[in-house]
Amino acid sequence: MAHYDFNMPISEAEARALRVNDTVTLNGTLFGIRDATYIHMFDRGRKTRFDMSGHAVIHTAPNVKWVGETKATPSGYAPVCVGTTTSDRMERFTRQLMSEYGVRIVIGKGGLREGSLSAFKDLGGVYLAVVGGAAALETTWVEQIEDVDLDDLNPESLWKFRVKGFGPLLVSMDSHGGSLHTQVNQLARGKRAAALAALGVKT
Amino acid sequence: MKVDLKQVEEACKELYIRALKLLPPDIKQGFERLDRNETDATGKAILGTMIRNIRVAEDTNNLLCQDTGIPIYNISIGAGVEVDGYQLKQAIVRGCERATREHPLRSSVVHPTTRKNEHTSCGRAVPVINIDFVPDAGVLSIEMIPKGSGSENNSWLKMAVPADGIDAIKTFVIDCVLDAGGKTCPPTIVGVGVGGTADLCVHLSKVAATRPLGTHCDDPEGAKLEAELSSAVNQLGVGPQGLGGDSTSFAVHVETAATHITMNPVAVNMQCHSARRARATFTAQGLTYGF
Repeated sequence: MAHYDFNMPISEAEARALRVNDTVTLNGTLFGIRDATYIHMFDRGRKTRFDMSGHAVIHTAPNVKWVGETKATPSGYAPVCVGTTTSDRMERFTRQLMSEYGVRIVIGKGGLREGSLSAFKDLGGVYLAVVGGAAALETTWVEQIEDVDLDDLNPESLWKFRVKGFGPLLVSMDSHGGSLHTQVNQLARGKRAAALAALGVKT
Repeated sequence: MKVDLKQVEEACKELYIRALKLLPPDIKQGFERLDRNETDATGKAILGTMIRNIRVAEDTNNLLCQDTGIPIYNISIGAGVEVDGYQLKQAIVRGCERATREHPLRSSVVHPTTRKNEHTSCGRAVPVINIDFVPDAGVLSIEMIPKGSGSENNSWLKMAVPADGIDAIKTFVIDCVLDAGGKTCPPTIVGVGVGGTADLCVHLSKVAATRPLGTHCDDPEGAKLEAELSSAVNQLGVGPQGLGGDSTSFAVHVETAATHITMNPVAVNMQCHSARRARATFTAQGLTYGF
């Protein structure tokens, strides 16, 4: 269990060095992406002008306030509350996000499935678990909304955040086939029979 | 008591914002209890982050969670309260829209097929408004619940049959908790509806999921189920965020209704750890806010 501080972007070797139960803190650029962003980019053929190669995305649609473009708010938006949504709904997009845009890190809550795990293995990437519902704290790690693309999808735009000390986040899926989500799920299912017996259920 | 609808509109705006920022005391106490008893290191660290987040939200006057949810307003109208029902509903909608625009809040509400967002947190039949009539003389109470989608996306209904008995209900709850895993942002409040029609059963599961911690089903049979299931789900080891630990749920809450001789319905709805709610109470003496 090691801790890593990353200034984004990172290399494939850096992504592959991470193992389940390591922790990571991010600095620099972080992209925010969500259901509608994925659907428009991968099902409807829209492209982004952002270079996401070696970068991290977080599953989010933030609360923002339009304040107009200034030096401190170059996108015109100030962050109000930036949190994380459940990743599972966006499972089918992970491989394409990595192969077409070179993304190395997906941040979310609740974990992803086998398809994403094999994409992490094939292409060199990881999933970092953030504590869902802890958005007030997460917002204190966001310095600025630097830029925004596909903003007609607001709040599900493609957001470019600048973050400082974003973490520590737990590596819960790695490029070596490890997944804490699968591990815990299997352990929990193994306790099903005992729980039902305790409830007096005849099986 | 005659209700001032302008005051209702202001309260419905205020309630949405308060609910998103201040966690009720019973939920905070629930966190303390889970934190004391958690034996898993990862689970303990995650609970610590959640508890820290509650303090950061208060200190920075910020939202606890980014998910502003689907807004639900539960109205209880006491005896002798005079109010135009249709105008009351309009005042609630205006308050909800104003909270979204004036704070501002992320509008999480879209048309179900076009996915168009009006950026008001409102749309067809949303906010959800439930109206009930209660005996409390001269009291109008409005409870606001921003229901997050992480937990709402994990909702289930099973039309079991009488021959399946109560075992079907217990098995279903355990399987729902296993299916939900970390997707519902555990520790959760697991709401279980037992009986009724299909729609009433689902509604009861929502009532159960959003009831304050420490309250019990007023049907002794439901209360007995609550105690048994609360202990059983926390044996599964799903833990905070589904990453392992003892704290899978704060509690299982059950609500029951009579059902048909041929039916045995059970529904499960979950509330995430950001179990937010706020309440405004109107009496002849004025308006007070609470939970």
